[in-house]
Amino acid sequence: MSKQRIVVIGNGMVGHKFVDHMITTQNDGELEIIVCSEESRLAYDRVKLSSYFSGATAKDLALTSREYYHDNDIKFRLSDKVAEINTDEKYVITEAGHKETYDKLVMATGSYPFVPPIPGGDQEHCLTYRTIDDLGEIKSSAAISKVGVVVGGGLLGLEAANALKQAGLETHVVEFAPRLMAVQLDEGGGKLLRRKVEDLGVTIHTEKATSAIVKGEECRYRMNFADGSFLETDMILFSAGIRPQDELARKFNINIGERGGIEVDNFCRTSATDVYAIGECALWGGKIFGLVAPGYTMAKVAAQHILGRDKVKFLGADMSTKLKLLGVDVASIGDAHGQTPGAQSYVYNNDIEQVYKRLVVSEDGKKVLGAVLVGDVEAYGGLLQMMLNDMDLPKNPEALILPSSSGEPVGLGVDSLPDAAQICSCFDVTKGQIKEAVASGCTDMAGIKSTTEASTGCGGCAALTKQVLDAELANLGYEVKTDLCEHFAYSRVELADIIRVKKIRTFGDLLNSHGCGLGCEICKPAVGSILASFWNGYVLEDKHIGLQDTNDIFLGNMQKDGTYSVVPRVAGGEITPDKLIVLGEVAKEFGLYTKVTGGQRIDLFGAQLHELPTIWKKLIDVGFETGHAYGKSLRTVKSCVGSTWCRYGVKDSVGFAIDLEDRYKGLRAPHKIKFGVSGCTRECAEAQSKDIGVIATENGWNLYVCGNGGMRPRHGDLFATDLDDETLIKYVDRILMFYIRTADRLQRTSVWLENLEGGLDYLKEVVIDDKLSLAAELEADMATNIENYQCEWKTTISDPEKLKRFSHFINAPDQDSNLYYVAERGQKRPATEQERIELVELAD
Amino acid sequence: MSNWKTICSVADLKPSTGVCALFEGEQVAVFMGASKNDLYAVSNYDPFGKASVLSRGLIGSVGETVYVASPLYKQRFDLMTGQCLDDTDVSLKTYQIKVDNNDVQLCRESA
Repeated sequence: MSKQRIVVIGNGMVGHKFVDHMITTQNDGELEIIVCSEESRLAYDRVKLSSYFSGATAKDLALTSREYYHDNDIKFRLSDKVAEINTDEKYVITEAGHKETYDKLVMATGSYPFVPPIPGGDQEHCLTYRTIDDLGEIKSSAAISKVGVVVGGGLLGLEAANALKQAGLETHVVEFAPRLMAVQLDEGGGKLLRRKVEDLGVTIHTEKATSAIVKGEECRYRMNFADGSFLETDMILFSAGIRPQDELARKFNINIGERGGIEVDNFCRTSATDVYAIGECALWGGKIFGLVAPGYTMAKVAAQHILGRDKVKFLGADMSTKLKLLGVDVASIGDAHGQTPGAQSYVYNNDIEQVYKRLVVSEDGKKVLGAVLVGDVEAYGGLLQMMLNDMDLPKNPEALILPSSSGEPVGLGVDSLPDAAQICSCFDVTKGQIKEAVASGCTDMAGIKSTTEASTGCGGCAALTKQVLDAELANLGYEVKTDLCEHFAYSRVELADIIRVKKIRTFGDLLNSHGCGLGCEICKPAVGSILASFWNGYVLEDKHIGLQDTNDIFLGNMQKDGTYSVVPRVAGGEITPDKLIVLGEVAKEFGLYTKVTGGQRIDLFGAQLHELPTIWKKLIDVGFETGHAYGKSLRTVKSCVGSTWCRYGVKDSVGFAIDLEDRYKGLRAPHKIKFGVSGCTRECAEAQSKDIGVIATENGWNLYVCGNGGMRPRHGDLFATDLDDETLIKYVDRILMFYIRTADRLQRTSVWLENLEGGLDYLKEVVIDDKLSLAAELEADMATNIENYQCEWKTTISDPEKLKRFSHFINAPDQDSNLYYVAERGQKRPATEQERIELVELAD
Repeated sequence: MSNWKTICSVADLKPSTGVCALFEGEQVAVFMGASKNDLYAVSNYDPFGKASVLSRGLIGSVGETVYVASPLYKQRFDLMTGQCLDDTDVSLKTYQIKVDNNDVQLCRESA
């Protein structure tokens, strides 16, 4: 039997979902799939487009890769739009003239932005916001603009406004309706959203119909409004809604709805035989579904049907949404406007804390029909589940939206949800699937995310997913075991609290009072690190030395042959020629392999134990100090050259980097910490990939937190903007100490933040708003640490007792006879096993 | 008749750490556990990392067993028997050790 040929038109999020579904569910090789797309790249995350302006790249947004398609034998043609469909003979022809026959055709052509027919609306800087290519144009236009206007105050419009704001423009939103997000929000919600968005510096103009776009006086353009007023701007983004991309269907006689959209049935079949339509181009029950979750469901339904399974049907979708627009939490559930006959409402409005909630209930007061939440969307998950599962409201439904006096979230217990309840709508993950994942061994959010994909889309269900996870762990009788190891029945966080509160100074005391046994390679370094974080004693003191891991114990990084590397501190990467010469001389004298590190320092490899003190003495004598490259501690503060030399620099990044490095040097933490400081937005110091990233702006510093390079790269999150030196340092003190107190052992800041309940917002509340009243304490802890700083190598070389350990043999001056080296590119390196055998033979 | 050789004084050992001694041409890792009555001696050569480093490892316990974890890749070796706890096929040579009048002394394991 020949393979079934499936042609997919469009490779947006939904088109890709269809392909991916086919890849994962088909039997090997039973299908041949050909994808045609007019865009130049494979599918990417359109929902997160605006992150492009906060530093995400096209690659970050990508949902798949060419390799993935190749590996799975998916053929694809990019930048080549389908121009013709022949539904009788079953083929399509692309603009470039390629003909592809099909057994099944899937149209996933998506939608296009609606641009109102305004005279003058087709000028150079009048753009739309839909594709990555659009973003490129917006970026170029923004670079030569000061003022930007978004036409459209809906969900996408506000996303677009966010993009303009991040691009640094004075941003306006022009909306025809009397309020923002008129579809999803009622009057009260729209009003509060407007106030919040305006507080963020975006100007809102409602009830404005643009009549013409003409040449401006102050700016490039002037928008004339129907009411006689006007607004000047340099660029305009149209985001006034979407229209289904149904051009092909229209042209080749596939049925479309009166107001557009390709008509489909419950299996996403169109009027033409063997032709399906999915996503925003499809019209089901007279409705277009402009969200990604229903599109994904359609993709699944069509895929299943093509594979000959007709159990799953598309029967409409819930259009509830929860999202963050310009940093404002907004959610809309079901009948948000209370249009159901007899619908009644509970409304909670708090002008002081800027929270608005409306709960719409049925005539008999028993069921949830809908809700609007602005400023506090905690109740979203619970209310949505109540509505979707037709659950009865509790006795006092108002409690669901009122702030609780106990601090406990009010709502439904997740236990009351049926297994079929959909928890993650982006990836259609049910409570049952999460339970299964837990049963199969996932015991944390990271595991649930990678197994089920729950909460990896918009993230709106993260809190609910966590609740299901925790409840399930409890149900299964999991004692969620966080014990550090067999010697301590406490987690690292608990041990940190015990040590800090009870002022415990040694591992021995802690073991006596709270542990058992001798300790091990897990708890000893962990406790050693905690003691150093809070009290910052000399790590080689007799009472601490046994706790130090491989590198700390000899204040060097052990290499594969047991020799060490030496890394002196070069704060901010700034070094004088004289010091550089000394490094060269020392390297030469001791025959050390020399390499520049990623953190703008110089690494000298191959030093033997007995050589370390002599090497360090020479370095310390000319003013170097230890670089703590061996510690789980502050490593480097990388910087670009900044305003002192660079033509583009706006602030002295090197100077500030040195200040920061001097302040936090030697700070031991659950894992290593790296900083970066860039002197302008070009970001040459790559600060956004650091635990703490600092980028100069015209008005101060932007602070990014919890980025990471390495194994699992993560861009730092923007934490605060335009800070002065003092405020920045205050925040960093608090963030780092909070990290030290609450992170797990060997947990980098990136993973810590991802696991921190409440995430970035919570961290901001703790650090900026001082929600826990901890700020002063955290700063004091940091001050203690800084006060007790010492160069560990300086202390060591001045103590003859300590130096005794720095020899290979306690009873002989001999060196380790197992070291063999060969030359390569003008330097030495450890011999491989084969080379070693040859060298030994030669010597014999 | 055993042949004990002094390698260092007790004061050269710190609790919960090790040193390396040259003993009859062999590298021996010597450890002190919690106290000076708690001494161990095994080969200094790490058969996994293929380097002479074990004396620089961390001492730990699992149940009653006291072990050293290699500083290179963290394999654990029972300090009493030399047996690797993470790979039953591998074990280290062990040596007899005692304190005599503040001298730490080593002796070959009698056959």
